[in-house]
Amino acid sequence: MVSTLDHIALRQVVEIISVDQSPISSKLTEMGLVSGQFITTLFKAPFGDPIAIELNGSVLSLRLEEAQFIEVKA
Amino acid sequence: MKIALLGNPNTGKSSVFNLLTGLRQQVGNFPGVTVDKRSGFIQVDKVQHELIDFPGTYSIYPRSKEESVVYDVLSNPSHPQHPDQIIFVADASNLHRNLLFFSQVYDLGIPCVLVLNMWDLAQRKGIEISIDALTTFFPGAPIVQTNARVGLGKERIIAALANLSNRAVDQPTFSDAYHFCAFEDVEGQKKEAEERLRKIKQSLTHVIQTKAPTEENTSRKIDRILVHPFWGYVIFALVLMTIFQFIFTFANAPMNWIDQLFSSLSAWSANLIQPGMVNDLIAQGIIPGIGGVVVFVPQIAMLFFFISILEESGYLSRVVFIMDRLMRPFGLNGKSVVPLMSSVACAIPGIMATRTISNWKERLITILVAPFMSCSARIPVYTLLISLVIPKYDVLGFINLQGLVLFGLYSLGIIFALLVSFLLKLFIQQKEKGFLLLELPDYKNPRWGNVFINVLEKVKIFILDAGKIILAISILLWFLASFGPDMDGAAHELSKTQTYQSMTEQEQSKAMDACKLSHSYIGILGKGMEPIITPLGYDWKIGISLITSFAAREVFVGSLATIYAVQDDSDDQALLIDRMKSEVKADGTPVFTLASGVSLMVFYVFAMQCMATLAVVKRETNTWKWPLIQLVFMGVLAYFSSWITFIMLS
Repeated sequence: MVSTLDHIALRQVVEIISVDQSPISSKLTEMGLVSGQFITTLFKAPFGDPIAIELNGSVLSLRLEEAQFIEVKA
Repeated sequence: MKIALLGNPNTGKSSVFNLLTGLRQQVGNFPGVTVDKRSGFIQVDKVQHELIDFPGTYSIYPRSKEESVVYDVLSNPSHPQHPDQIIFVADASNLHRNLLFFSQVYDLGIPCVLVLNMWDLAQRKGIEISIDALTTFFPGAPIVQTNARVGLGKERIIAALANLSNRAVDQPTFSDAYHFCAFEDVEGQKKEAEERLRKIKQSLTHVIQTKAPTEENTSRKIDRILVHPFWGYVIFALVLMTIFQFIFTFANAPMNWIDQLFSSLSAWSANLIQPGMVNDLIAQGIIPGIGGVVVFVPQIAMLFFFISILEESGYLSRVVFIMDRLMRPFGLNGKSVVPLMSSVACAIPGIMATRTISNWKERLITILVAPFMSCSARIPVYTLLISLVIPKYDVLGFINLQGLVLFGLYSLGIIFALLVSFLLKLFIQQKEKGFLLLELPDYKNPRWGNVFINVLEKVKIFILDAGKIILAISILLWFLASFGPDMDGAAHELSKTQTYQSMTEQEQSKAMDACKLSHSYIGILGKGMEPIITPLGYDWKIGISLITSFAAREVFVGSLATIYAVQDDSDDQALLIDRMKSEVKADGTPVFTLASGVSLMVFYVFAMQCMATLAVVKRETNTWKWPLIQLVFMGVLAYFSSWITFIMLS
């Protein structure tokens, strides 16, 4: 099922399909968020935003408004 | 020769820097941006080379104005900081991300050494790296493994640098994906990053073998508690309280020692030289001025001791993570919390602590609102005025009214800090969009050497950069308070009066001090501004104290004591309070009423009455523009709030 990263429940492994065009798309890519990459949703900050994900063994946090640019499939 | 130290954040880059340079470090700013430029010297083959530490970035393309220094320096061979060699520090446990920036640096063709740091961490995570295989992809760069946190690898890096000059530089590039997209070319940068990452992923299948980790990742377990929706905040509050308590409790004693040391120094030097202008300048101007700088050192050192630990351990990133959502509406950053809370002790270390905020707009807003937090120098002013005009009365039978007012003053400061942040967010324009994309590194034990060097660096920056401004202003204030156009005449007149001659010697000297201060330039200024401050309920004597307390807010109390010619005893202010109670205006009504007293307290909540803070803001923003704006807007806010307060309570 295709969705964006801000809608994924915790402790799920998903594959990135694409990173939408946005002012921060190059920065998302530089952090390793590229199509074909598998990521795990780890935990959320107290108000549900930002979220923390794992990729390649390290933990990255991003705001929901940033996560919505990332299309993923379960 | 210039050697640049580059790498991603959280790779132990500063540990490598400290390892290579030891204590021989200098700190300054990179030109045009307020990013610390740390530099030091290393010896390779008996030749000294300058090592420059650049801010940690994830790519050659900047995320912010502050990071652009990396791009500017590397892309421009005629830049004065352009390096001849590069040491690139990578986290061995996360080569996928680290090699992106490294491959960009490698493809520049500048001779470089690749340092695989945190080798032990990679092994514990079960990551086996074949250096031989990695070398086939980067044949021009020697690869060195280090574990800088425990001090391993210095000789290996130096040896690699020594051989570097012998290596052929014109090796094939790793990727032909660029060169140098424009700043605004987001799509081009994205394509380049995608292409490089694809190639890195492909290459790393030959380089890395992953086994089962030798130990379970404890950071995930710790995070379950430290970012917990409830316990996360409780623990953070406890951490802040501990830092606070520590600064409040333990900074006091050394601050008193420094005070005493400098007053005995000034007494000693007064006896040393012939009385006169030079003597006064040294004993009353310069030495107390230097003392006024040094007195901040205990607070700065203690705060940065704790902040360095928070940063080194990886906890500071978690603070940002849990505070981000709360601070964002105010235009602040999760990292703003620590500087703002520290400002309750003293705004100076608080403002210096904003360096950890990478977004310029968020950092600037934090700097501008930090002085609204009621600092410890306001306490003497608040307590004096509260015991003067607020009755000891229990609200609802158990809440002390005086305590309630004190609480109200603190709250007023916090509320306005947030309110003004919100307004500044709307007014300060910034092209770059704020985003988070923050790495949460694994928890580590702080390395005490790094903590120590960091504390030393902050103290040095304060004394050398802000200290000279503070010293200059305090000498100016001393001059204005000690000289006046007709001071001697007024003193002579006083000495002839009958009341003066009937006084004891001690009373005479107090009366003389009061007379001199009121006839000094500051006294004249205070009288001159009386029409301006009358609407707030103040007279010229308060005006004088407002000017002198620009040196530091607590001076207000001592200054009033001088003007009213009473003993300034910090343990027992009954004399001063009685004297203030009996002070009347020309029409016979008392000067200090509920209205004028509260108005004065409100004034001290808002006004930028601290030259040391202004000096630090100048240092941290690298321009006089922001401290002057701050001085004016806080002054205007203080004036009108006090005015409204006075009218409402009269």
